[in-house]
Amino acid sequence: MNYLMSFIIGGILCAIGQIFIDTFKKNNAYLLVMYVVSGVFLGFIGVYDKIVEIGYSGATVPLLGFGNTLAKGAIEQAAEKGFMGALSGGVMKTAPGVAAALIFGYLAAVIFNPKSK
Amino acid sequence: MKKIGKQTFVIKGDVVIRDTYTIAGKKEGEGPLKDNFDMIVDDSLWGEDSWEKCELKFQQTAVENLMKKNKIDKNNIDLLIAGDLLNQIVSSSFAARALGMPFVGVYGACSTMALSMGLGALLIDGGFAENVICVTSSHFCSAERQYRLPLEMGGQRHMSAQWTVTGSGAVWLSNSGSGPKIKNVTFGKIIDLGVKDANNMGAAMAPAAYDTLKQHLLDTKKEYDLMTSGDLGTVGKNIVNKMFNEDKMSIEDKYDDCGTIIFDIEKQDVHAGGSGCGCSAVVFGSFLYKKLLNGDIDNLLFMSTGALHSPTVSLQGESIPGIAHCIGIER
Amino acid sequence: MKYTKENYQKVVDEFTPKNKKLKNFVLAYIFGGGICLLGEIIKNIYVSVLNVPSDEASVMSSVTLVALSALLTGLGVYDDLGKYGGAGTVVPITGFANSVVSPALEYKREGYILGTAANIFKLAGPVLLFGYFASFIAGILSLIF
Repeated sequence: MNYLMSFIIGGILCAIGQIFIDTFKKNNAYLLVMYVVSGVFLGFIGVYDKIVEIGYSGATVPLLGFGNTLAKGAIEQAAEKGFMGALSGGVMKTAPGVAAALIFGYLAAVIFNPKSK
Repeated sequence: MKKIGKQTFVIKGDVVIRDTYTIAGKKEGEGPLKDNFDMIVDDSLWGEDSWEKCELKFQQTAVENLMKKNKIDKNNIDLLIAGDLLNQIVSSSFAARALGMPFVGVYGACSTMALSMGLGALLIDGGFAENVICVTSSHFCSAERQYRLPLEMGGQRHMSAQWTVTGSGAVWLSNSGSGPKIKNVTFGKIIDLGVKDANNMGAAMAPAAYDTLKQHLLDTKKEYDLMTSGDLGTVGKNIVNKMFNEDKMSIEDKYDDCGTIIFDIEKQDVHAGGSGCGCSAVVFGSFLYKKLLNGDIDNLLFMSTGALHSPTVSLQGESIPGIAHCIGIER
Repeated sequence: MKYTKENYQKVVDEFTPKNKKLKNFVLAYIFGGGICLLGEIIKNIYVSVLNVPSDEASVMSSVTLVALSALLTGLGVYDDLGKYGGAGTVVPITGFANSVVSPALEYKREGYILGTAANIFKLAGPVLLFGYFASFIAGILSLIF
């Protein structure tokens, strides 16, 4: 069941992005920014956790989930440490993913060469 | 004055296209023109360590092999006119560094081939030069990274996007000898009808192509067996046809576009067709030049079309200015 | 020239081929859903085989997907998937990783410091900036209300 719901919810969230690309013909960077900010917003108002309950990885793997994690981190830390928590909470909670992208990205650049097209 | 009508220069003396040399990349070498190229390079780096260095090797080798094939010494070449798409036209300058002949670098984006041949013809007719080599090049990978996104970035190309041709074409112009002759040259105006979509270059350049082509036909009052534009692709070609049809001077049966000739649009996944400085250069140097030599056509109006934008000004919201230059050739 | 900036766009639209929206939608659904499904499978492996708590397994699963995406980008496969998957390969965390790895790879030839390192956030930088900024606002708002 988890697998099925991951596929269904994840697919919907991605397909919405495809409609955005085909309609507005914008660069992928716009799509990613829009998704992250939307994720923060949905996380902030508490809606996204409900989507995660239904969709499991289907909700956490898309970049909306990254935004949700950012929002949750900032809110949790703000409750604990106030202003400094709001400043650093999101960064702290999402650090593993960002660090992984940076480090594996660098490793890939060292190991591989761009392929010819 | 050697000028007729509004924009067309008439070549009174002999400007002979003595020979050409074309080098094409792998994808181009799998296309419908594969038997027409002098050389096909399968490796997109050609043993170099970057695409930029590979592109300059394309250009340098095209000129060297053109001279070797015809046994011309570099001291007999009065001028090398070259251009490409990269910033500061580095492919041309660095190829010229190795070639060691007087060099004029020109930039007309994808219109550079007709631009350089037109300038070469005028210099020869003016008596300033006897032998001129014109060369341009483009490379899919180097162009893609300069104008668009990193190559390994996943994503879809728009249906109207074009595929930059990997290749280089060199042409030897001379005031003597035998071969097809350049008879007139029309340099176009920049026309910009506000297209901002960098994935739709054909539509951005089509008005300029129409304008130059029509002006040339009005100025010279000639009829051509074949007229070709540089790299309008399917979208731009259809727009040009529509514009001429609306003027009641249909050119459909005599008009084609190098960007649609070089690839098999259906099978090669190039969407709207080929583009780039190299597109009109390799199509002219191989397919079109052979048609003139064989007598398949008696005359040709060869036009190259360019989009004179840059990623920086595009981001600043500017639209894409189009330009087209054409030269009339008779066998 | 009888066309002007005002009426030319109509001609352009008439001749510009449309993107195949339905096909793209279905493919984006399948690829995106598939990547999320893979994430869920990896997560379950961490939970059942390594006995990691669900929350942590979720993070580890994301990191694994990022590493996988880096590998596929390095091998030159991810952009081929992207050609079919469209947004389905952009929106998941693998797409974010791809947007980090692809410029890192591309600018390698300009050196590791001023090439790879200086350009690694060329596309992902905006995502982090606006993501962090929005989370800061969310944190501040949570303090006020």
